[in-house]
Amino acid sequence: MHNHIDFETRYVMCVDIDKCTGCGACMVSCQAENNIAPMEDGSNKLKTLTWMLVYELNNGKNFPDREVAYLPRPCMQCENPACVPVCPVVATAKDEEGGIVSQIYPRCIGCRYCMAACPYHARYFGWFDPKWPEGMDKTLSPMTSTRPRGVVEKCNFCHTRLMNARQRARQEGVDPLKMPEDWYQPACVESCPSGAITFGDINNPEHKVHELAHSKYAFRLLEKLGMDPQVYYISRREWVRKQADHHTAEEKH
Amino acid sequence: MEEKRASKQCGGVLPFFIGVLASLIIGWWVFPQVLYSQKAQPFNFSHKVHVDGEGMDCESCHTYAEDGSFNGLPSNAVCADCHSEDVLGDTKDEEIFVTEYLQKDKEVPWLVYQYQPDNVYFSHKAHEGFECTDCHPDLGNSDTLPAYYENRISGYSKQTMKMWQCERCHAEVGTSNACYICHK
Repeated sequence: MHNHIDFETRYVMCVDIDKCTGCGACMVSCQAENNIAPMEDGSNKLKTLTWMLVYELNNGKNFPDREVAYLPRPCMQCENPACVPVCPVVATAKDEEGGIVSQIYPRCIGCRYCMAACPYHARYFGWFDPKWPEGMDKTLSPMTSTRPRGVVEKCNFCHTRLMNARQRARQEGVDPLKMPEDWYQPACVESCPSGAITFGDINNPEHKVHELAHSKYAFRLLEKLGMDPQVYYISRREWVRKQADHHTAEEKH
Repeated sequence: MEEKRASKQCGGVLPFFIGVLASLIIGWWVFPQVLYSQKAQPFNFSHKVHVDGEGMDCESCHTYAEDGSFNGLPSNAVCADCHSEDVLGDTKDEEIFVTEYLQKDKEVPWLVYQYQPDNVYFSHKAHEGFECTDCHPDLGNSDTLPAYYENRISGYSKQTMKMWQCERCHAEVGTSNACYICHK
């Protein structure tokens, strides 16, 4: 089952849920960076595209004990991805240094097996041809190729930024596998106003995530499934941590 | 039965052979002619005059930016370092450049043979160890620019590098062929 490759670099995101205000800046910057066209009906959550999505959690109690938390959800870039082995055309793979799960749009046939397999609902299907209002097409970013309708897409930790950082490393004579943390940061990390998201190489002790991911408040979503996501969450509140996995009432954990 | 025999007389090897020949001509000659439209560059540029005559090399004009990205074709400003207001040589093409583009402050709309599709990420920096001519046509020794063939359906250049060529070289030198090595 576990055919995972030991990558020398493993890029990891750490989201401090206690710092997240749910403002949605990460979602907006993601859509701009990755050329996601404005939707005709943004309220139709079955047919919209949001590589990064902020969920609202609450502790189930009434005022004045009620508490809410916000959970930004990118693609988890799992160590043992469920989406990869089900793809019939190898349009998605986890085979490159950094451990980011790739998604190749021209190769995708839109069968959506990967969407069914992903327990995090991180993958999206393009139901409509992307349309940019007149003039707005000039804001298209060169960082991501645009997709037609009929293919599956997902967050890739702004992969082109990694490629650009490696290019810079070569130019400056730095080992592309040992880059300083700030050379490669996805758009959502950069735009987060409260600094809730930290990003870096977990195998590099100089990167903040190396320590953060091993904090006693750190957890991952649905860890029981054993998919080993590369996205960590941090919360000092127990009720938040509890919601990360399914627990039965009698269960001791 | 009579009719069947009659049709058999029309058949045989020759019509079949003609059919194959016609298909081959259409497939190998007519279709490629129809598929690609031929475009000419705005004016001729002789690499040879610059390389042999002036002792320049590829990097004199095709340079890198500070972050390692490739600048590609030189802008007017780079050309104007030598070709200022006056025409240096005696070719018609240089005169066109100076009068039509440089003096009118207009960049030359060169057609780039090697532009890759939108979903390809290519870093010249990562391939710096190779000779330019390992991938590019040897224009440095050429006096004329070849015609540019544009695919009428995709809009891409016919002369651009194909994926199998990238993959073969990556396999030969032992570099990863993971999708995300080249795709975005």
